[in-house]
Amino acid sequence: MQIHDCFVDQTGELSPDFPGYDDAWLNEVFSEMLFVRCVDERMLKLQRAGRIGFVGSMLGLEATMAGAARAMRPTDWMWSGLREGGAALLRGLPLSEYIAQMYCNSMDTAKGRQMCNHFQHKGTNYPSWSSVIGTQITHGVGAAYASKQRGTDEVHTIFFGDGATSSSGFHSGMNFAGVWQAPCVFVCVDNGWAISVPSSAQTASVSYAAKAKAYGIPGFQVDGNDAVAVHEAMAALIGRARAGAGPALLVLRTYRLMGHSSSDDPTKYRDEAEVELWRDRDPILRFERLLTKRGSLPEGGLAGLRARHEATIDAEIHAQEIVDPMPLRSLVEDIYAEVPTHLRRQYNDFLRVAEKHGEAQKGDGAFPL
Amino acid sequence: MTSTSPLSVIEPDGSVNGHVTSLSKDELMRCYRAMIMVRVFDEICLKLQRSGRIDFSIPNLGVEATQVGAASALRASDWFFPSYRDFGMALYHGVEPVEMMHNMFGNERDTAKGRQMPVHFSFVDPIHFVSISSPIGTHIPQAVGAAYAMQQRGEDTVAICSFGDGGTSSLGFHSGLNFAGVWKSPVVFLCQNNGYAISCPSDEQTASDGYAVKGEAYGIPGVTVDGNDLLAVHQVVADAVARARAGDGPTLIEAKTFRMGGHSTSDDPTRYVPAELVEEWKAKDPVDRFERYLQSRGLVEPDSRAQFHAEARTRIDAAVKEAQAAADPGLETIFSDVYAEIPAHLRAQGQEAYDLAARKGDAAAGDGSFPL
Amino acid sequence: MANLTLIQAVNDGLRTAMSADPTVCVFGEDVGPKGGVFLATEGLTKEFGKNRCFDTPLSEDGIVGAAIGMAMNGLRPVAEIQFQDFIFPAFDQIVSEAAKLRYRSGGQYTAPMVIRTPFGGGIRGGLYHSQSGEAYFCHTPGLKVVVPSTPYDAKGLLIASIQDPDPVLFLEPKALYRKIKGEVPEGEYTVDLSTLRMVREGGDVTVFCYGAMVAVCEEAARTAAESGIETEIVDLRTLLPLDEDGVIEAAKRTGRVVVVHEAPRFCGFGAEISAMIAERCIEYMEAPVARVAGFDTPFPNTLEHHYLPDARRVLDAIERTARY
Ligand SMILES: Cc1ncc(C[n+]2csc(CCOP(=O)(O)OP(=O)(O)O)c2C)c(N)n1
Ligand SMILES: Cc1ncc(C[n+]2csc(CCOP(=O)(O)OP(=O)(O)O)c2C)c(N)n1
Ligand SMILES: [Mg+2]
Repeated sequence: MQIHDCFVDQTGELSPDFPGYDDAWLNEVFSEMLFVRCVDERMLKLQRAGRIGFVGSMLGLEATMAGAARAMRPTDWMWSGLREGGAALLRGLPLSEYIAQMYCNSMDTAKGRQMCNHFQHKGTNYPSWSSVIGTQITHGVGAAYASKQRGTDEVHTIFFGDGATSSSGFHSGMNFAGVWQAPCVFVCVDNGWAISVPSSAQTASVSYAAKAKAYGIPGFQVDGNDAVAVHEAMAALIGRARAGAGPALLVLRTYRLMGHSSSDDPTKYRDEAEVELWRDRDPILRFERLLTKRGSLPEGGLAGLRARHEATIDAEIHAQEIVDPMPLRSLVEDIYAEVPTHLRRQYNDFLRVAEKHGEAQKGDGAFPL
Repeated sequence: MTSTSPLSVIEPDGSVNGHVTSLSKDELMRCYRAMIMVRVFDEICLKLQRSGRIDFSIPNLGVEATQVGAASALRASDWFFPSYRDFGMALYHGVEPVEMMHNMFGNERDTAKGRQMPVHFSFVDPIHFVSISSPIGTHIPQAVGAAYAMQQRGEDTVAICSFGDGGTSSLGFHSGLNFAGVWKSPVVFLCQNNGYAISCPSDEQTASDGYAVKGEAYGIPGVTVDGNDLLAVHQVVADAVARARAGDGPTLIEAKTFRMGGHSTSDDPTRYVPAELVEEWKAKDPVDRFERYLQSRGLVEPDSRAQFHAEARTRIDAAVKEAQAAADPGLETIFSDVYAEIPAHLRAQGQEAYDLAARKGDAAAGDGSFPL
Repeated sequence: MANLTLIQAVNDGLRTAMSADPTVCVFGEDVGPKGGVFLATEGLTKEFGKNRCFDTPLSEDGIVGAAIGMAMNGLRPVAEIQFQDFIFPAFDQIVSEAAKLRYRSGGQYTAPMVIRTPFGGGIRGGLYHSQSGEAYFCHTPGLKVVVPSTPYDAKGLLIASIQDPDPVLFLEPKALYRKIKGEVPEGEYTVDLSTLRMVREGGDVTVFCYGAMVAVCEEAARTAAESGIETEIVDLRTLLPLDEDGVIEAAKRTGRVVVVHEAPRFCGFGAEISAMIAERCIEYMEAPVARVAGFDTPFPNTLEHHYLPDARRVLDAIERTARY
């Protein structure tokens, strides 16, 4: 299978193999990438202002999201870690839910139980994931087995970072997928860093793609800052999996421009010159250069588009600031399908104290025992 | 970077196409005797288990060349992180059969004081043969850690870590090889692909093209060898050891061999191993093959095998006698070695156990007081 | 009705669940053609095909992780871990994932699945084929922990566990696999989770136990009866969520309690029972709660008969408690 490394280079030049998408298509991708960036920047601001607790920034990774998201069907599944919130948005996670999750408020579909930046969206098959690195990989493989067994044509894309390739989930997940020929695509977003560990120090293998050989799975890599290359590779490998030809590993080489998270200071461990180098490879700049050359930049250029996106996001942020408080019962609900007696008892004991201190609201009443 | 066609040296007729082994005549004979010793030890253990005198054993038939060939490439000062099937590594390096037999009987002279199942050996003398743990793969990162320590102290020792085809799916394999690749550890990974992980055939364990190629995921060169060919195994392990000693890092070796017995004495392989496959491998018997090589060099007499066999038998029979006569470990061994010092709550539990035994007139009570 | 061993009852339970529900899949190491190292899955591949009963590579982490994904996507996985001692590579998947999925997703995603695994001593398995690790898992909200002690319960609880909407760790007392036989109804029936089983009535002492210890306690109770002590035995059979009210009622009935388990005493399940009694009905108690448990040491091999609580040790505790 032929997988092209790059279609749009850093200067915005197209390679001769460019698949011939029109200006409208390219503009959509441009807008999507910029939207993801605006969301990210807004969230970082909210975090700085103390409105939300934590952000795992996607800055610099927008091409991986826009390229991958449009290669998937809504019925396909996306399994992810920290940094795929943008792709989830582009696949249909409503912005309101995204922001509610960041606020961990009562509108959050996860009922404020997870820390910030842990999204989910059942409607587009984007399951809840945990902070524990690599655990989603085997889930994706098991679910892919189920899709195959149930005779559906769903494909599962399973995202993880360069660091996660060292996890047990990667080893078991890739091995099982190889043996089962499960309909899934493993997407390793090599963003240069696992917190402070450079991806070159994570493993001695010649490349991350080479790891696929250990499992009898084909491995490929592309320029992760080229949304077109990401899209073409994802579309090809998803198509291959859908056709029953089994799993593949795709490595997207990119760069995390911000710290690991809003709690991290990357200047402690990396060279500003390296960051500068990658700033110039910015996937959005690259597309701006391309669209400028083609004379098809949207109205008002990048700045105009950005202002429109920001207005949308700000409106949603305002709405999320004024939602109801979280019901206290959610403390003991959803542990099991039904709230068992010992948890009812524990809640009722807790509620007596909460009521004494005026913390209980209407609807927070005791459970019958 | 990976060699997938197995290195093979000894032809079926014993000739070697000009291969010059680095093993001296004495070493060759030591290998031969060790293989025979493994075979006899194995046979006797199976009989002991069948007759109910020990609980359990792990058949070694068919894999002797891999174990002995590998052991012959290591020095006594190197560290062994073995699997439960690696009798041959211990026997080659001079672990006394009686020491192993004490473990098979789980008696008071067992180095592990009868705490482990049989075949879970642990020796510090004459070699570091690290205590075997049943959970698969846990020893792999441990070997890498030990190798890191050797490296840090500037020693020229290496660690060999042996596991099965099934072991490559374990988490320890993934972490161990990844760390060893990054640290360039002086360690040799020996994957004994013996065709099965209990009942799972080795080609259903993974979809990769053989096992040696798995090294590539970690930047570790992979080598494949005919595991029933002692000279070939010695050669690839010696090369890997030389690389490790020279500071050039780890190697993953896949030795292709075949487990002729069941997985263990609790297993009935006829439920899942095709009889033809067993027949096919019978013809490749590693001891016969090595013997033909020795014959071709005039190193053995026609009756050498019988003689060595009889010698081994005598030694191992004596070992059985001695091990069987040894007493069970004392009751206090339940409570010792949990920590460096016995904490108060364990001392109290120990005394309770002695009290109860004394009240019930159980011989294990000794004089009724906790002796430690 | 058929007279089955406990392992046959497990096999029958799996077969019954697989026949009733085409989404039930059974997998693990050596569960396919070999039928499992204890033969719990014997014949299932033949009957239901390789897609529904199959071997996996040797990775417990993979087995449980994949099971979670299958459960999230419409299958009912029943994963086997060959020995509970080998479950620890999957500890992360069980504790961080299966048990927390419903909660962390606000109920959107769930992992209805069963992890079956043989546990406990008595087969000369040494450190790694003998352990009773229930306490690690009972400390995990979101997980259910079930332990049958009879063939009837093994089948009924297993089917109930497979039908349950939450992840269940199903601990099978391997010492009893072939040791006991009992009447087992044909076809589908369930035994409700979180219910106790009254094994034996008696007004002097209440013994709480589960798994292989039930038979040991029965033996001790018979001997105690010879010296006039009447022992009530309660099989807890679901450890999490436990029928706490039932435990408290039973404790109140005699005011004298012995708790028995094979697992080490410190922070063991007996500590929970004991604390619960101290909190909720200390005023009914006539004697301190006595615990008979494994020592706070790893599991030995040669001396396992001294490590495992036996009828002598249980009897000793019953007598001390009765006479207190
Ligand atoms: C099992 C586990 N270990 C450690 C952590 C802490 N941690 C969170 S993110 C991270 C680095 C992940 O790096 P990578 O997989 O490259 O993803 P990236 O953050 O670069 O997207 C670490 C070590 C964790 N969440 N889970
Ligand atoms: C973590 C773990 N899971 C399962 C087992 C049970 N078990 C013991 S040996 C074995 C198969 C090992 O196969 P392989 O690695 O090929 O070694 P071989 O026995 O063939 O030498 C299994 C599954 C175990 N000991 N540890
Ligand atoms: Mg094997």
